[in-house]
Amino acid sequence: MSFPEGDAQARDHARNTADAVARRNYGKLVAFLAARTRDVAAAEDALSEAFASALADWPRKGCPANPEGWLLTVARRKVIDMHRGRRRHEIAAEQLKIMAEGLDAAATVTEIPDQRLALMFACAHPAIDASIRAPLILQVVLGLDAKTIASAFLMSPAAVGKRLVRAKDKIRQAGIPFSVPERGELPGRLDTVLDAIYAAFAEGWIDAAGMDLARRDLTEEAMFLARLVTELLPAEPEALGLLALMLHAEARRHARRNRHGDYVPLAEQDPALWDSQMIDEAEALLRRASVLGSIGRYQLEGALQSAHVYRCRTGHANWAEVVQLYDALLALAGSPVVAINRALAIAEVHGASAGLAAMQEVAADVRLAEYQPFWAARAELLAKTGAQAEASHAYEIAIGLERDASVRRFLQLRQSALAPWPPR
Amino acid sequence: MQYLLMIHAEEGGWNKLTKAEQEQGMAAYTAYTEALKKSGVLKSSNRLQPSSASTTVRVANGKPQVLDGPYVESKEQIGGYYLIDVADLDAAISWASRCPGASHGVVEVRPIWSMPA
Repeated sequence: MSFPEGDAQARDHARNTADAVARRNYGKLVAFLAARTRDVAAAEDALSEAFASALADWPRKGCPANPEGWLLTVARRKVIDMHRGRRRHEIAAEQLKIMAEGLDAAATVTEIPDQRLALMFACAHPAIDASIRAPLILQVVLGLDAKTIASAFLMSPAAVGKRLVRAKDKIRQAGIPFSVPERGELPGRLDTVLDAIYAAFAEGWIDAAGMDLARRDLTEEAMFLARLVTELLPAEPEALGLLALMLHAEARRHARRNRHGDYVPLAEQDPALWDSQMIDEAEALLRRASVLGSIGRYQLEGALQSAHVYRCRTGHANWAEVVQLYDALLALAGSPVVAINRALAIAEVHGASAGLAAMQEVAADVRLAEYQPFWAARAELLAKTGAQAEASHAYEIAIGLERDASVRRFLQLRQSALAPWPPR
Repeated sequence: MQYLLMIHAEEGGWNKLTKAEQEQGMAAYTAYTEALKKSGVLKSSNRLQPSSASTTVRVANGKPQVLDGPYVESKEQIGGYYLIDVADLDAAISWASRCPGASHGVVEVRPIWSMPA
């Protein structure tokens, strides 16, 4: 099919505007609709239909002056239609009326209030299955599809899809509230929200060079959410710790790749390339968190980043302190991933053999068999002890498990730098 | 929203209590019921006879089959229920956690399927 050039331009413009609105306001629009109906799935469906209408309507009539308002009005109408039809058997007429009134009242607002935090707390409610809370937040607030989420959480896309649907049904049927919990409930509920935000950030971080726009958006969105949480809950040390951790990671983004796009490990990065403004902000956040008197996983991880930055900037080896921080982290959240990093730090203090011994403690964990950093760390330590053949084999597996081509190249270089084996 | 708070508890438990403990237990339920009434959320409530008084009925091939005993044989049975009308699940959970049944058994919070008017 061919369109006159003007139409094509209008279509592009409409698509770009819709994309921009979607990127900026998707979660906000879902939160707004869902908070009034408690029906997350209907809010999502209505919104996606509203976006489809926009793509059909805007090229012909021109983009509206207030695209968010336009989308909200259309989505509102669709939510009400949906409830009159599909879900009518479940919803009393009285409830339908209240819902319609709530949505009508919403029509007059000029600025859409940000209820994403309330939506996140609904998704992280204790009545929702713990393992689906983070994926649910990613989908509902950030608009990620089940496939992307499944890959981030190493689950099957079909299973994730089904469980997301179930969780949304639970929110609606069980009457889970869309609100920020009371003081006493807050800390436990906040943990699950922070975990989900961090998972979103990690997913975006995989593409460190920032070539993939969708992933870049994910880190930005995650940082935005973390910032939002710290603004709304300024005295929650773990929220501050999470934002600090993200800022530290983000500050080094450009130093993680050289100009040929090759991966540069932390020890070889040029600190001059780091974003010192972000680092300063992270440090200030960690100081603020430290006086609130409650240590936690994210504060410790933030402190570790801070220790790495200090060492690289000053050349002052602080590995003993790093090991201590990992000890604390391991005691708090005993994960094999933490144990690996701790083993690497131990190797810096006590030598590669000590590091390998520390790693041996968790090597039996079956999850590590498919975890690239475990094999890369093992290879590095084995190489230092002179076990060239074993090191080469460990690199081989690490390379086979890596999905980022530049990291793969880096590992291949390391592997080929090993002394030739068998010795010639 | 309406929720049914179902009290699942060990059936033999009550008879193992001393007289004083039983009185204390009754008083706790009375106070709880009073508090629910006072705040205007209680729709109805009842204590049930033990499951040994239960009869199950099913119709197969047009013929009713009547069996003595509860549907599910288990040490724990529903001993009573409260039907409440509250804003949301958090409010229902908060009431469930105050129920004496949550201390000696388990309270299941089940939303009511609201019918179109």
